[in-house]
Amino acid sequence: MFESLGLLPTFPLLGFLTLFLAGSFLPRGIIGLIGAGSIGLSFLVALSIVMPFLSGDSDVTRHVVYTWLSVGNFQSEFGLYLDGLTVVMILVITGVGFLIHLYSTGFMIDDPSYSRFFAIMNLFVASMLILVIADNLLLLYLGWEGVGLCSYLLIGFWYSDPANGYAARKAFVTTRVGDTSMAIGLFLLFTQLGTLDIQSLMVLAQDRWDIGSGFAVAASLLLLGGAVGKSAQLPLQTWLPDAMAGPTPISALIHAATMVTAGVYLIARMHPLFELAPNIQLLVAFIGLATLLIAGFTAMTQHDIKRILAYSTISQIGYMFLGLGVGAWSASIFHLMTHAFFKALLFLGAGTVILSLHHEHNIFKMGGKWRQLPVAFASFMIGSLALAAFPFTSGYFSKDEILIGALAVEGVGFWLWFGGVVGAFFTGVYSFRLVFVVFFGESRGHHDDGEVTGLAMAIPLFVLMILALFGGFIHIPVDSVFSHGTELLGTHEEHSVSTFMHAVMIAVPLIGIGVSYLFYCANIFSVNNLMRLPFAKSLHALWFSGWGFDYLYKLLFISPFLWLAKINRRDFVDTFYAGIVVLTVFGNSLSVRSQSGLLRWYILSIVIGIVLLVSAGAFL
Amino acid sequence: MILLSLVGVFFFGGLLAWVSEIMDARLPRWVAMLSILVSFSLVFRLIFMLDSSGGVLLGWVDEFKGPWIPSLGIDFFFAADGLTVLMLGLTILLGAVAIASAWDEIKERAGFFYFNLLWTLAGVVGVFTALDLFLFFFFWEVMLIPMYFIIAIWGHENRRYAATKFFIFTQVTGMMMLVSLLCMVYFHSLQFGSFSFNYNDLLRVDIPRSLDLWIMLGFFAAFATKLPSVPFHSWLPDAHSQAPTAGSVLLAGVLLKTGAYGLIRFTIPFFPEASEIFAPVAMFLAVVSILYCAKVALAQTDIKRLIAYTSVSHMGFVLLGIYAWNELGLQGAIMTMLAHGLSAAALFMLAGGLQHRIHTRDMREMSGFWIIAPKMAVVALFFSVAALGLPGLGNFVGEFLALLGAFSVNIPAAVLAAFGVIFASVYSLWVMQSVFQGPPLKQESKAPSHETLLDLDGRELFFYGVMMIGLLWMGLYPQTFLDFSSGVIEGLVTSDSAAALYAGEFLK
Repeated sequence: MFESLGLLPTFPLLGFLTLFLAGSFLPRGIIGLIGAGSIGLSFLVALSIVMPFLSGDSDVTRHVVYTWLSVGNFQSEFGLYLDGLTVVMILVITGVGFLIHLYSTGFMIDDPSYSRFFAIMNLFVASMLILVIADNLLLLYLGWEGVGLCSYLLIGFWYSDPANGYAARKAFVTTRVGDTSMAIGLFLLFTQLGTLDIQSLMVLAQDRWDIGSGFAVAASLLLLGGAVGKSAQLPLQTWLPDAMAGPTPISALIHAATMVTAGVYLIARMHPLFELAPNIQLLVAFIGLATLLIAGFTAMTQHDIKRILAYSTISQIGYMFLGLGVGAWSASIFHLMTHAFFKALLFLGAGTVILSLHHEHNIFKMGGKWRQLPVAFASFMIGSLALAAFPFTSGYFSKDEILIGALAVEGVGFWLWFGGVVGAFFTGVYSFRLVFVVFFGESRGHHDDGEVTGLAMAIPLFVLMILALFGGFIHIPVDSVFSHGTELLGTHEEHSVSTFMHAVMIAVPLIGIGVSYLFYCANIFSVNNLMRLPFAKSLHALWFSGWGFDYLYKLLFISPFLWLAKINRRDFVDTFYAGIVVLTVFGNSLSVRSQSGLLRWYILSIVIGIVLLVSAGAFL
Repeated sequence: MILLSLVGVFFFGGLLAWVSEIMDARLPRWVAMLSILVSFSLVFRLIFMLDSSGGVLLGWVDEFKGPWIPSLGIDFFFAADGLTVLMLGLTILLGAVAIASAWDEIKERAGFFYFNLLWTLAGVVGVFTALDLFLFFFFWEVMLIPMYFIIAIWGHENRRYAATKFFIFTQVTGMMMLVSLLCMVYFHSLQFGSFSFNYNDLLRVDIPRSLDLWIMLGFFAAFATKLPSVPFHSWLPDAHSQAPTAGSVLLAGVLLKTGAYGLIRFTIPFFPEASEIFAPVAMFLAVVSILYCAKVALAQTDIKRLIAYTSVSHMGFVLLGIYAWNELGLQGAIMTMLAHGLSAAALFMLAGGLQHRIHTRDMREMSGFWIIAPKMAVVALFFSVAALGLPGLGNFVGEFLALLGAFSVNIPAAVLAAFGVIFASVYSLWVMQSVFQGPPLKQESKAPSHETLLDLDGRELFFYGVMMIGLLWMGLYPQTFLDFSSGVIEGLVTSDSAAALYAGEFLK
């Protein structure tokens, strides 16, 4: 089976190579077959790996393909590792990945760069798989940067529009800031512990470092920098909304279901390290909380259907970070999985809406579309219910576990819980605001064509609907991964949470949905009236802009850098050498002047010279 | 003898290429390519010799020693070790690339062009193999003059200025090196009673503490100018932007590496104590090179100038790794030299190809070329992401190791240098955006017509393909290359003074 662990990224990689080299000669049917088929094969391989694992026939295992780098005492292997956490990740990546690829064969069919699309998608899946099966931080980093590159290429997929290119670069560079922090973290871990093998690192760290030791704090903080970049958390969250410039299936796969959760995976994978630095772990929780609230506010103000979903993604990953920070490791991974189901469903549903309405993104130009777009409507209903944690949908179980985990923390636990519940209220509001505005009420658009949907696009939606509804009943096999962890909690255990608290957690999202109904469906209240309140306009503008982070970063980093670059375009170091040249030329012109060719000048200067010499001699 | 024939192949190949022009104007390029093929076979033989000399590639193979000026202790003394072989491989591969890039571009006085090109290569090969410092200095100059002609004759609009600047920078600092070298020889005669320019003899020279920092600086100035490092870098953007494509390929791919080679082979082994004192300064210069030149690169509108500044930025990692002076740092520096040799050469070749096709280097007149020349765009993308340090490609391995090596001796320098990686992504992606992405140019604009922009042809694709495979190889299985230099580096960093080690090798 270890060969098969290596096979996992091989199929997508082969798909990429085939499409890259021969894509322009192949007919669309074959391209789609290769593109989606390679992921399908990979999914089958994943199943063949997971089945024996789940039935207990095989255990946690490591497998070294070859030694990548060996310099002095530094060694890094192409090592693969399989445990419960990996199992969840590879199933989500290949399973949801396959559904999205299948959907894309229909969605992208008219695009002139069909093969380029699938080539990069396949490369993405291969990199993402390498990221999660890597046993070594350097190999993980390979996958980590690989997915970043694919994300860049796919955000800027329609490269003719400079705005898309800008969004793509913004995504790449912003995450690179985090990646650099992570790379420095690797340097620190290696120089202190002498290896980058994840499992050995964790053992060594627990051996050598005390809880709260400076090295543990620094290393976990640096890795956290990488995680917040990739997972679009504060303070590096600004790239994700702009990343919506890419084709919608990309947003579903990369910017909702898989890549953006890589940061969550990283922290979960390195959780023993974070447990050695309790302050940093708590920082993770607060970052998550702050992000989920900020993104929740912003999601309520957006018009663009994809940007609403993007902020919602940021917010939901905030919940995952909250879970990680409070030590509810498996709850976070559980939420990662359910989120992949319902958010992929929402994005693919959004793709159907956008395609059917001729690339309309503004929800206020839609309205009353439930009859016209029944499949999309069903997707959005189910997806939004799961997103808002409606009881017994998948999102309910996972979010519930995270919040219970937060409550279990001593001291600040209640406030973390409270913030999470407030966030759940916003989630109810913004998710059903979207549903009500798009699918109910008066039709505001002029497009009355039918729904664009073929089997290729419909089947993934139906499968995801089922997963979003019932995915909460899946038991993820991660207990063994996190069992040695904190005493704070193991997730599937029951905690002494009062019935009242439970009732609050169930009720708050419903209230949110209700509020949304009153504003956007029943029209009993009106947003316009709200906007008349003092400060409402400026507050709305602040939220709408994503709390002004883009503005702030532009002011603090981008503008000064560009200004510096601009004023020094000609490289001031060179002026020094140019100065030497000027000086030499000047000296030359002076000396040239003395060669005047006039005899009397020469005689005069000889006389002066003699007088000077003689008088000098006389004085000496 | 192989080494001597290697130098000889290029010397005589160059003469032959010049003469052959009389028969047919297309002959010189074939003569040049043939010389490359012959030298390839020679380097292969060298590799086998290294392999058979037993696993660990330590010590010298294929020495050649013959008297030149015995009274002054000057010999024809060539030798190679693992490091040399890596450098020779890179030189010859890029020599082939340079000839390929000149194939259709150089039409005027082709014979003299290929003569200069081959003589530059002869100089470089000599620099990498000479172990007599007088001989080394001789080749150091041989490398310079033909390159001066390449820039000054076949360059672009401002070629005289660029060529002269290149010449003066290299010449002045070369003089400083000569003075330092003569001081060392003088001290050798004081201590051992005779003059000697022999590398192994000079390693044994004890230089008075009060002087060794100054003498070291002479060598450092020459090598840091070639590398180049801030503040000696300003010749490079001019030379690159004005040189014909083949000149840029050789400059970026090979000539810059002679500077790094000199630091590894001569400066630090000759002056271990002074170098240790100087290391923080050198690492500071490296960090400044990385960050400052990345910043300046971003503001350029001339695509070749931009790539030139990124070269300085990347060579900063080399300098950083060298002065970390541990196995990780040195291997990182060498991997960066190899990988940057390929990626920068390819990028210059792309820029030169663009200029050849549309007659401008100004990026403001380029946009949306992806649609017209998709193959070129994909190739450019590959080398851009290689340059920005994507794992899986050679540049990442080099820069990662260099930073890791630096981190263990100088944390602030390594951390600051790591930010260069962010800047690298900014400028690399900016080039992709402004040249290949974005909307296609409007026809009525004064921009060059798109009809002249042909996509890459088979010959170009072949050479880009070779370089791409090289970078993938370095990125995915760097051990092939690391093994060549590991013995040498282990020897350099473990012995107190490299003298003992190498002298020992020779005695037996």
